[in-house]
Amino acid sequence: MRNTLSTQLIFDLSSPGRRAARLPQCDVPTRAVEELIPAKFLAQKPLPLPEVAEPDIVRHYVNLSTLNMSVDTHFYPLGSCTMKYNPKRHERLSKLSGIVDVHPYQQADRMQGLLAILYEMQNMLGEIAGLPAVSLQPAAGAQGELTALMVAAAYFRDKGENRRKVLFPASAHGTNPASAAIAGFDCVQLPATANGLMDVEELRKLADSSTACLMVTNPNTLGLFEKQIAEVAKIIHDVGGLVYIDGANMNAIMGITRPGDFGGDMMHYNVHKTFTGPHGAGGPGSGPIAVRDFLRPYLPAPIIEKATAENGKTVYQLVTPEKTIGKVRTFFGNVGILIRGYCYLRTLGPEGVRKAAEHAILNANYLKAILKDILPAAHGEYCLHEFVASASKLAKEKQISAMDIAKRLLDFGFHAPTVYFPLVVPEALMMEPTETESKATLDAFAETIRKITEESAEFLHDAPHSLPVSRPNDVQAARQPVLSWSPKVGV
Amino acid sequence: MSYLFATATEEQAMLSRIGVDSIDQLLQQIPKPLQLDKLLDLPPALSEMELEQHLRQLASQSSGSTSRTCFQGGGAYDHYIPSVVDEITGRGEYYTAYTPYQAEASQGTLQAFFEYQTMICQLTGMQVSNASLYEGGGSVSEATLMAMRTTGRTGRVVIAGALHPEYTQVLRTYVGHTSTEVIHIPVGSDGTVDLTKLAGAIDENTAAVIVQNPNFLGNIEDLAAIADLTHAKESLMVVSTDPISQGLLARPGDLGADIVVAEGQSLGIPLQFGGPYLGILACRNDFIRRMPGRLIGETIDRTGGRCFVLSLQAREQHIRRDKATSNICTNQGLMALRATMFMAQMGPQGFRETAELCLQKAHYAATQIAALPGYTILFSETPKFKEFVIQAPQSAQTLIEKVAKAGVDIGPALSQFAPIPGMADTENLLLVAVTEQRTKAQIDHLVNLLK
Repeated sequence: MRNTLSTQLIFDLSSPGRRAARLPQCDVPTRAVEELIPAKFLAQKPLPLPEVAEPDIVRHYVNLSTLNMSVDTHFYPLGSCTMKYNPKRHERLSKLSGIVDVHPYQQADRMQGLLAILYEMQNMLGEIAGLPAVSLQPAAGAQGELTALMVAAAYFRDKGENRRKVLFPASAHGTNPASAAIAGFDCVQLPATANGLMDVEELRKLADSSTACLMVTNPNTLGLFEKQIAEVAKIIHDVGGLVYIDGANMNAIMGITRPGDFGGDMMHYNVHKTFTGPHGAGGPGSGPIAVRDFLRPYLPAPIIEKATAENGKTVYQLVTPEKTIGKVRTFFGNVGILIRGYCYLRTLGPEGVRKAAEHAILNANYLKAILKDILPAAHGEYCLHEFVASASKLAKEKQISAMDIAKRLLDFGFHAPTVYFPLVVPEALMMEPTETESKATLDAFAETIRKITEESAEFLHDAPHSLPVSRPNDVQAARQPVLSWSPKVGV
Repeated sequence: MSYLFATATEEQAMLSRIGVDSIDQLLQQIPKPLQLDKLLDLPPALSEMELEQHLRQLASQSSGSTSRTCFQGGGAYDHYIPSVVDEITGRGEYYTAYTPYQAEASQGTLQAFFEYQTMICQLTGMQVSNASLYEGGGSVSEATLMAMRTTGRTGRVVIAGALHPEYTQVLRTYVGHTSTEVIHIPVGSDGTVDLTKLAGAIDENTAAVIVQNPNFLGNIEDLAAIADLTHAKESLMVVSTDPISQGLLARPGDLGADIVVAEGQSLGIPLQFGGPYLGILACRNDFIRRMPGRLIGETIDRTGGRCFVLSLQAREQHIRRDKATSNICTNQGLMALRATMFMAQMGPQGFRETAELCLQKAHYAATQIAALPGYTILFSETPKFKEFVIQAPQSAQTLIEKVAKAGVDIGPALSQFAPIPGMADTENLLLVAVTEQRTKAQIDHLVNLLK
């Protein structure tokens, strides 16, 4: 039975005068506040924050946490998001003193150990990408995209070229065109094709001397490797443009093939996906970029370099690249997430990295195979680490939509796959089991989907049936936005 | 360590169900010439024990605020983090969850973010808050772009006085490709923005006037006066605030701010060499649809019960694509949750007392340092909060090194930044921040070291 008192809004639990925190007595001689700060700058009344006791806070937020599905509690086959197991050791290690408590303006000679870790992370990411120059600064994948596009813009400006066009396939993540637009480029979308791969002839028509960049996810959002990527890259390079690889799907290819080797000039990582930084219900992430050597001078500052001091000792230094685009965020980057990624790579080693990718592929193909009769995936004989199934046949014959299946899965203790993405597949269900799921879990998941498709459409339209809430009214939320609590007046 | 389940037998069973003999066969779609023919050049795998030993050894070559005394400031501060923050946000149900696209499976996170949004409004005096951005400098940039969208003006933005130099850099990077002119009005002799020069700089093409309060030098700006100048030209005032200062200072929303941003690191987030931090952004109601980032809204479900959803997603990149209000997808959810715990724990009284401790201790430290021969506190007549500028009798860098040997950290030196408009020779200038955590004994020790 759920305790509904504690899951009221925290503001409803508030009582005037109640408090949780106790602060130390002031141990220095004090002066009247008004003597130090003129009254006109001071608040006239206390902040209207909730007034609650510590047990209120603990019970409230612990109870709220149980209303979430998470990787620690549920299978989370969220395509394109790579929700893999987050190793617990990372939480302890990222909180070591000398890592978690270092001030961003700490002197470099008193954080050599931390800089050594981050330097090694730079190198490992460069190696996995096949692109040697790395900036750890971007705070998330989308910021990595934006940063790389700014690097590209600076590069072309430097060459005296005014290139405005960024090309991307119709199946691209929405962040690609958004990032390109914010970096000041014009977006041109390539049409979708029947086989799910890029149309090389279309690309040839659209690529010209105004092309700055092609943004492509490889493997793409249908879970397929763009077989002609080398040719595609050549087309772009021949017109003087750059190839950007969206690294959202690196989990499928790490240790198997590298963006730098198949023609990419720039890429971003999602450390919170590929390298197990837990995603925190929406963040933080970390979106380092890796680029070819000729783009290194434009990277945002700082990057870490290794040097030898006069006494022969190795020293790590924060360096500003000579033609830097500047900074894309304050301070160094999302270090706490980078440390988790570092721990992951160090526990896997070269064999483990490849094995993780291989098993992600194995699991995805197995799930695709055991679901093929109920939820067929139209593209590709085999997929890489994810695939996009379509519920369009079920929708037509039984009025069961992708959303119905997604919502009903929640009743059975499975998180829903990504639905209605990519936009090029009708009634899309995008599934990515990741390598950290067992055969037993995949079997149970497929069996549950089979059972669901045998249920009545009417029943499914109202799913989920067992969760605290069901089918929120999104339209009302958007038409009459209520984005914060306000006290009831005149009750 | 592999984190994998499949035994050899299971692997075989799965392969045969797929209809292939080996995983290699599944890789055929990657053209052979593009496949690596050797292992990556990465360091060999470590066990948990080895990894811990390795990291402990490296961490011991770094030192932070736990083992030293931190008087460092400049946008990141050593504030106390109440136990509930780590204990509750350490629950896997929060930190291993994803963006709450499936509302039914994410009510915990959604409600907590709704509470975060409300508390940020309460803290800033604004009407709407998003559910977080990356960090303080990014928030300034996003607020500026938002002001341009809202006013339809792209000609000019004005930075009023001592904005954090790194925020200025980030802003210049974000608008670098546009024709927008970034005008930076220097501080006057009192260390706050020169209002006469500011008035002259705001014109009919100015989208936003950006002001930090307390400013980068620790001084309190006259927000009401700046708001009047800004609104006289129908520009928007963007205020970057220190959340802890709101325990004492009038809220920017009550003084005329149109958009309030902040670095939320002070609200229960560890220093961790600069990130992850928390970008706060709140604004007036009329700008909701031009706001970047996630918004959580209250609504009802099928049975009429209250619930929470990701709302107004039509502004976002996955729907509007290249017309989106921003490219932001991932935010700082877990950091927003930490801030929520922190604010709930502090409440109005805790905020007030924390802010007062910062104020009193910083003034005590400033008074003691000012009494030392050769030292001056710059802008000593200007009201300040927890941070101040010291003019030292020697180069700031030398002084920082000197006290560091005794385990005390001060700074940053102002010379490490691009020139701060209005401040010519910064060679001997540095910042000192004093939070509620510093004791009288620690302050006296610092003063002794400076002698």
